Amino acid sequence: MAVLISLFTYAQFREVQRQIEKLGDVDWRTTLQQQIVDTQNRLTSSGISDEWKAQLQIRVQQQQYYLDNDINPAEPGAPTFVRSFAQESITLFVPLLIMIIAADIVSSERSAGTVKLLLTRPVKRWKILLSKYVALLLSISIIVVLMGVLAYLISGVVFGFGGWGAPILTGFTSVGGELNTSNVQLIDQWQYILMEFGLVWFVAIVVGTISFMLSVLLKSTSASMGVMLAALIAGLILSNLVSSWQSAKYLFMINLDLTGYLAGSSPPVPGMTLLFSIGVLVVWAVAALLVSFTVFVRQDVY
Amino acid sequence: MTEITLSIKGLRKRIGKREIIKGLDFELKSGEVFGFLGPNGAGKTTTIRMLVGLIRPTAGSIYVCGYDVKKDFVKAMSHLGCIVENPELYPYLTGMENLQHFSRMIPNFESKHLDYVVKLVRLQDRINDPVKTYSLGMRQRLGIAQALLGKPKVLILDEPTNGLDPMGIREMREFIRFLAEKEGLTVLVSSHLLSEIQLMCDRVAVISKGRVIKVDTVSNLLNLQEQLVWKVTPFEKGISLLQTVTSVSLDEENHLVTPLSEKSSTWNQMLVENGVEVHEIQRKVPTLEDLFLELTGGESVE
Repeated sequence: MAVLISLFTYAQFREVQRQIEKLGDVDWRTTLQQQIVDTQNRLTSSGISDEWKAQLQIRVQQQQYYLDNDINPAEPGAPTFVRSFAQESITLFVPLLIMIIAADIVSSERSAGTVKLLLTRPVKRWKILLSKYVALLLSISIIVVLMGVLAYLISGVVFGFGGWGAPILTGFTSVGGELNTSNVQLIDQWQYILMEFGLVWFVAIVVGTISFMLSVLLKSTSASMGVMLAALIAGLILSNLVSSWQSAKYLFMINLDLTGYLAGSSPPVPGMTLLFSIGVLVVWAVAALLVSFTVFVRQDVY
Repeated sequence: MTEITLSIKGLRKRIGKREIIKGLDFELKSGEVFGFLGPNGAGKTTTIRMLVGLIRPTAGSIYVCGYDVKKDFVKAMSHLGCIVENPELYPYLTGMENLQHFSRMIPNFESKHLDYVVKLVRLQDRINDPVKTYSLGMRQRLGIAQALLGKPKVLILDEPTNGLDPMGIREMREFIRFLAEKEGLTVLVSSHLLSEIQLMCDRVAVISKGRVIKVDTVSNLLNLQEQLVWKVTPFEKGISLLQTVTSVSLDEENHLVTPLSEKSSTWNQMLVENGVEVHEIQRKVPTLEDLFLELTGGESVE
């Protein structure tokens, strides 16, 4: 994890340097203005899809809003990095990390044969499974916290540690390709980061629970990882394609981008809200737990 | 005073359309070593897995020290220790850590019992080394240690001499007899090594095609089969004469075999009077192997 975070930090650093070279100046207003102009130029080109156009339009409107209210959305510093890192990692990086430990936790006992010893103790089966699940929850929580701490420390070395109190706008919602700014409020960056990490933790728990269920059902670590990987990648690809497939919004993979709601970007299928996505994920997690426990308690172990 | 420690009534198991265990009944007493004998595919391992709760029986009941394994799982299992097939333990932990892990699942466990069990299986020197450095014999012994943690009254060992050298086999045999005679345990041993069963067990159940064919003490079973081997010339005349008075079969060396009987002197006289030379009459004590092959008809897995 430390290695990956260092890679991301470096990439960001290079990006900032490139901008300095291009504009000769690090004044954020100029940068922001430049970004708006760039995006508007892209919107006029005819080679992009409608969904992408809608997202770009929203982004332009957001950036314009920041400019008009004299707020720098890219305040340099470690907290800003942490904020954008959390935002980007919630759909793929975090699920992948979590899936790797969760997929193994029950199926490794089957493949190593130690499950026979666990199940022949004077302890009811559901308690054994519960202890594994609790261990998983604890591991996930530690990983999420560790990720945040590492991101802060490593990026702070490059960007400096300030910026906790930088104001961030949130409360944008996008309605039918247009930006709705009626609920926009200003909050401090640290509050925003806290909310983000809450969402990251929640997504991690859900992904972990579903991987846990696969581990119980499939009895093979590689099969569980394979299925989960396929689902996550399919989700990533589908998110960009499905705006007209209404029922896709019930798939858990499409609902992983919870931090996107905070940032006001447009959801994969119109009409999805933060509450809706959380609801879908909760249903999936509860169903996964029920399946896991039922199967595990009733299974014949050959 | 001997009590019934393990009682099995009407045990059946069906998988799909096939009934692989067709109704088993037997009872085991404390202080006895009970052998489970049968060809491959007879249902020994499936039965053992049902006894320890890894597989659910389709019908029938299993009582350990009076507790029903289905209804009072925890109480039943607290009196039972087992090794099912290979004793797989966590290879990345040491022997002691493995034992501690499992001992924590036993209520009211005293840690000094750990040392007692380790000394009993004579692993004191290597108990703090990781299990992946253990030889097969050591793993077997650690497996027995794990089975003895809960001070069980019934010990179920599935092929305990699997993979041991002759010295190891002898030590295992003496250890099992010690557990039964001095500690008063009931030990159920399933094995293919007929010679071992013969030396180790008090009673034996012969199982074939999911049914118990015979349950009896080893000595009774062997006595049933005592035979006489006759070396006579001319051969055919000898056969036809003997067939008029008793049942005759041929052994591998094509000698005549008849059951042991007091009438053997009469038969001898009859042969001599009819011009048959009787060179040798020898009593043959059969091995459990002959009995086994005869009872199971030397059949293959269905």
